[in-house]
Amino acid sequence: MSNWVEVCATDEIDEEDVIRFDHEGKTFAVYRSPDDEFFATDGLCTHEKIHLADGLVMDDIIECPKHNGRFSYKTGEAKGAPVCVNLTTYPVKVEAGSVFISLA
Amino acid sequence: MSHIVIIGAGECGARAAFALREKGFDGQITLVGEEEHLPYERPPLSKDALLHGHAPKLVSDAARYAETGIEVLTGVNVERIDPAAKTVQLSNGSSRAYDQLLLTTGARPRPFPGLAGANHRIRTLRTHGDTVALRATLQSDTHLAIIGGGFIGLELAATARKLGAQVTLIEGLPRILSRGVPEEVAAVVAERHKAEGVEILCGVKIQELSEGRDGAQIRLEDGRTIAADLVVVGIGAVPNVELARDAGLAIDNGIAVDEHLRTSAPDIFAAGDCCSFPLRHYGGRRVRLEAWRNAQDQGLLAAANLMGAGEAIASVPWFWSDQYDLTLQIAGLADGATQTIRRDMADGAFILFHLDAGGRLIAASGIGTGNAVARDIRLAEMMIAAGVRPDPVALAAAETKLKSLLAA
Repeated sequence: MSNWVEVCATDEIDEEDVIRFDHEGKTFAVYRSPDDEFFATDGLCTHEKIHLADGLVMDDIIECPKHNGRFSYKTGEAKGAPVCVNLTTYPVKVEAGSVFISLA
Repeated sequence: MSHIVIIGAGECGARAAFALREKGFDGQITLVGEEEHLPYERPPLSKDALLHGHAPKLVSDAARYAETGIEVLTGVNVERIDPAAKTVQLSNGSSRAYDQLLLTTGARPRPFPGLAGANHRIRTLRTHGDTVALRATLQSDTHLAIIGGGFIGLELAATARKLGAQVTLIEGLPRILSRGVPEEVAAVVAERHKAEGVEILCGVKIQELSEGRDGAQIRLEDGRTIAADLVVVGIGAVPNVELARDAGLAIDNGIAVDEHLRTSAPDIFAAGDCCSFPLRHYGGRRVRLEAWRNAQDQGLLAAANLMGAGEAIASVPWFWSDQYDLTLQIAGLADGATQTIRRDMADGAFILFHLDAGGRLIAASGIGTGNAVARDIRLAEMMIAAGVRPDPVALAAAETKLKSLLAA
C-alpha cells in the first residue's frame, strides 16, 4: 500500500537541483535530475545530520554542504569518505504537474 | 607481500589506509598513532565534543579496520625511521620493515613563547584528551582567557559561552582572523562574539603568562592584568617534522613534498598538516594547510600515488568554521587579489569573490547562518579550479546562478 504525498509543482524545482520537503516531523530532499526526472531521499546526510537540500546537485550526485559527502540521489549509494552509510530513497511520481513521494 | 606503513593515525592517515584497500591494494597496511583512540575527526573537539562531552567521533569503527585488514597500533610512537634499511623503530620496542612509508604526522599546537611544558591551568586544544581536560575545568562561572583570535580560539569562545563561562579573547594583531579571512567577514564574526558577551581585545601584547595554583594570570604590556581560571593558547600549529628531519628528508615549513606528495626520499610520501606542497592553481607556490578537507583529500591522493597513479595535487584549499549559528566557508587563497566583488544573499549572508589582475577568480569567502553560503562557495571552488574569469556584474547579482558561470 502506498501513501503518496504531494511535494510541490514540478516547476518549483529547477533542473539539476534539489529542495527540502518536511512532512509529519520528517525531512526529505527532492531532486530534479538534468534529464528531467524526479527523485527523493532522506533529507539529512548520514554523516552529521546536515540538510542535503543546501548542497549541490551535479549530474546524479548530491553533495553535502558541510563536509562534501557524496551520494547518488537516484540509488542512495554513499560515494566515499566521509560518508559510508547509504541514504534511504523514496519512490516518486509526477501527476498533473505535481511531484508526489511515496512514504508507505 | 608488500608492506605500507603509515605514521600518524589522524584523519589523513586513516583515510589513506582505507583508500588503499578501496583501490585494491592487497599487501600489508600498518597504521601507527600515538593517541590511545582509533583515528577520530578533530573538528568537533572545539564544538560539540566540548559542549556535550561526546566520545571521539571515529573515522571508522574497529570492525572495519579488522574487516579490511588494516593493523592499527594505538598509543605507539615511532622513534626513528631508517630510510636506508627501510625500517621504522617503534616505542613498544619492536620495529617494522616497510616497502613504502606514508607520513601523516600532523601538527601540534604552537606553544606560548617561553612557557615551560605541561600546565594545568594553561592549556592548548588539539586532541580529544585536551577537550576532556578543558571540559573538566569549564563551568558556568569559569573565567576563560583565550590567547589567539584564530579559528580554534573563536570556536572555543563560542562553545565556552554556551557553557556559560565568562570569556576574554586576546589577539596581538589589530583584528581577529587576520590570516586568510577578509576583514569584512572577520568583522561579522567579531560583532557576533561581542553580542554573545565575549570580550575581545585586539592589538594587545602579552608581557607575561604565568600559572598559579587555581588559575593563571596574563600581564599585558599596557600594564593591565587579566586573572583567569583557565587560559587556552591558540596561536597556531607547528608541523610534526622531527622524524622526517632526523631521517634526512627535506624540510621547508613542513615535510617538503612534490606535487605527487613524494618526499625527497624514495618510497616515502607525506600528506596532510605535516607537509608543504606546491599549489598548482596559485603558480606552484609552496603552502602548508591545516584543514580537515585537505587532510582527507591528501590522504586519498597519497593512497593513489602509493599505488603508482602519479596523480598531481589538484584541489583548491577549502575550510570552514562554525561559531554559534554562523558558518564561514572559504575556498582558495585571497592574497594576490586585486578586486573583490560582494554578493549579498538572504538573511544577511554574503560572499566575497576575490579576482586577480587578470580577472580570474582566485578565492571566495562567505559567511551566513547555517549552510547559507555552502552551495555557492562549493561552486566558486570549482570555478577556481577551472580557472574561470567570471563577469563581476553576474557575481554580484544573487539571482544569477553561479552554476551558469561555471559552465561559461
